[in-house]
Amino acid sequence: MDILKKVPVREQDPQVRAKNFEEVCLGYNKEEAVEEANRCLNCKNAQCVKGCPVAIDIPGFITAIKEGNFEDAYQVLSKSSALPAVCGRVCPQESQCEGKCVRGVKGEPVSIGKLERFAADWAREHNIKPQPAAEKKNHKVAVVGSGPAGLTCSGDLAKMGYDVTIFEALHEPGGVLIYGIPEFRLPKGEVVAKEIENVKSLGVKIETNVVIGKAGTIDQLMEEEGFEAVFIGSGAGLPKFMGIPGEQANGVFSANEFLTRNNLMKAFLEEYDTPIMKGKKVAVVGGGNVAMDAARTALRLGAEVHVVYRRSEAELPARVEEVHHAKEEGIIFDLLTNPTEILVDGNGWVKGMACVRMELGEPDESGRRRPVEIPGSEFSLELDTVIMSLGTSPNPLISSTTKGLDINRWKCIVAKEENGATSKPGVFAGGDAVTGAATVILAMGAGKAAAKGIDEYLSGK
Amino acid sequence: MYPIVKKRKLADKIFLMDVKAPRVAKSCLPGQFVIVKMDEGGERIPLTICDYDKEAGTVTIVFQIVGTSTQRMEALGEGDAFQDFVGPLGRTSELTETPLEELKEKKIVFIAGGVGTAPVYPQVKWLHSQGVSCDVIMGSKTKDLLILEEEMKEVAGNLYVTTDDGSYGFHGMGTNQLEALVDNGNTYDLCIAIGPMVMMKFVCLLTKKLEIPTVVSLNPIMVDGTGMCGACRVTVGGQVKFACVDGPEFDGHLVDFDQAMKRQQMYKTEEGRSMLKLTEGDTHHGGCGQCGGDK
Repeated sequence: MDILKKVPVREQDPQVRAKNFEEVCLGYNKEEAVEEANRCLNCKNAQCVKGCPVAIDIPGFITAIKEGNFEDAYQVLSKSSALPAVCGRVCPQESQCEGKCVRGVKGEPVSIGKLERFAADWAREHNIKPQPAAEKKNHKVAVVGSGPAGLTCSGDLAKMGYDVTIFEALHEPGGVLIYGIPEFRLPKGEVVAKEIENVKSLGVKIETNVVIGKAGTIDQLMEEEGFEAVFIGSGAGLPKFMGIPGEQANGVFSANEFLTRNNLMKAFLEEYDTPIMKGKKVAVVGGGNVAMDAARTALRLGAEVHVVYRRSEAELPARVEEVHHAKEEGIIFDLLTNPTEILVDGNGWVKGMACVRMELGEPDESGRRRPVEIPGSEFSLELDTVIMSLGTSPNPLISSTTKGLDINRWKCIVAKEENGATSKPGVFAGGDAVTGAATVILAMGAGKAAAKGIDEYLSGK
Repeated sequence: MYPIVKKRKLADKIFLMDVKAPRVAKSCLPGQFVIVKMDEGGERIPLTICDYDKEAGTVTIVFQIVGTSTQRMEALGEGDAFQDFVGPLGRTSELTETPLEELKEKKIVFIAGGVGTAPVYPQVKWLHSQGVSCDVIMGSKTKDLLILEEEMKEVAGNLYVTTDDGSYGFHGMGTNQLEALVDNGNTYDLCIAIGPMVMMKFVCLLTKKLEIPTVVSLNPIMVDGTGMCGACRVTVGGQVKFACVDGPEFDGHLVDFDQAMKRQQMYKTEEGRSMLKLTEGDTHHGGCGQCGGDK
């Protein structure tokens, strides 16, 4: 074996998986995990830990794997992360822990993500639970939203002994882990539901179908229901559209709608009533991870799928692994292409999309080269479905109904990075509601910081 | 779970249910809606709130069987429960935010069509409880499909009942009745029309001509009902609005009804297919327009 390379991870064959919703990556077995763990140099001044938003003791858990102590490895993980099986699957390790790994200087970094996933999966299969708090504290904390930020914050607070209740607007907890990220990347029943069970096993209560801001406000939770602190992790919010002609035609969806119908509402399963458009030829507009998820979902529903993105491959915001997987499965990338109009038939249905070719000009304020239209390069794609994946803007439900909660000019909630504190005493926030659309692990980092902030706030009371 | 404490058949294929949902009952006001999901495999169905009892913690919904999910919902009875019941969603009726003095000055007419009578009722009832009297025109295709007439009689100022086929009350549509009232010298400062999209469109065409400001309540396709999916987007005054968070009530004179009606058809074939599967099961022999005649 080549010590400079990662132990390869087994994956479903691209031809096969393009037609099913089962998980793409199959993960390491015991032997593979130990072999990969042995590549870790166990650095004294571990750079990888600095690259982790929740500061997992990475050398610690990898050492336990090396020694075959998989349960210890899991307990090390669960000290810092409420969702290790999720993180091992969806974190952008290449730009975080693995991006800093010393092994990576002269070869491939240690496959930290796949090892994390292995330890978490092993623990789940062997029914190992995280350690609950030894002593209860007599303080009630409300958490709004059960996505990565809310679950992490709740898990950490429960481990400290707080009495935590999560309020979730949808009928199932998990937030983006349930409605957004597809089954083939993150199995819902096997992985997400089990990690949520673990959070509940710490004593966290979850009340679904409660939209805070509508069925009661933050102020009511604090004044009438006796919650001494509140964490807002309500997520990103309203999908953006391009504002081009034809966008209200039938067959134009936001990625959020398309993914929610398929993931949360399980439209891909026969036994669910949820209708979904199974397009024959689909364009997904955008280049982020959500765009890749939507494209690969449409492909699995049987469509020919084009990803239409106005910049070049180098600027695609999606993880390299996702783009690679998408290409392997047969997604067509129409790069340096910008839609100008959705073409609509006489009955109001999508029949195509007018586009123009782009080239990269000078860098813009984001540091990326700005795409500019090439005159005379107009063309059109014949399509029956267009999925807009252009990001989201903040949901005003909570900010507009909470007295004294400051928002910034992008309408995101203002919260301190180090402890999640907002302008309103006792109210903390984190995740996409604060930063705008970002990643699962950054939301978890914010949830963790806020748990510490809430503990300090309530301890000082 | 959200138990059904009362179920009543109002007309053919139209049912009323009181559902125990204390958090919703505590916060809801006229104009808002809920989303219900009967079981694991069910759809999320948006339904307007017809009534509520804050003390008993119940919310009244009215639904009409139109597809698979509502068909399956009909099988639920007293003692059964919805797996999910979320709300109140959407903004409250503008009436609830208008100063009472101003309301008392206004001459208000409601036009309710079909199942649209259900969301009109709590608004009229609320006004009545504030001491504000208003006129109500409620109509249906035929006498047998009229709902909530007795309830409405108790809270409306003047009640005008219409049927399209003349089997009961005024022979004609709500628009004809409104025209007749105006011709007879009635004046109105505000019209609130709730019913099928096509009815609201024609009410708006008329009230524009009559120069009566008009509010409509839209019930487009929705998934989450909290602003996340954008399925319910409608064009109002040239701007894209999400009915779930910006509505469901809008200035009727600014709504692009033709577009909204087209969008409502989006899942019709899918839903129809799903319905045929349910009603015909293994005996389905084509004709749904989707299966190619061979199932």
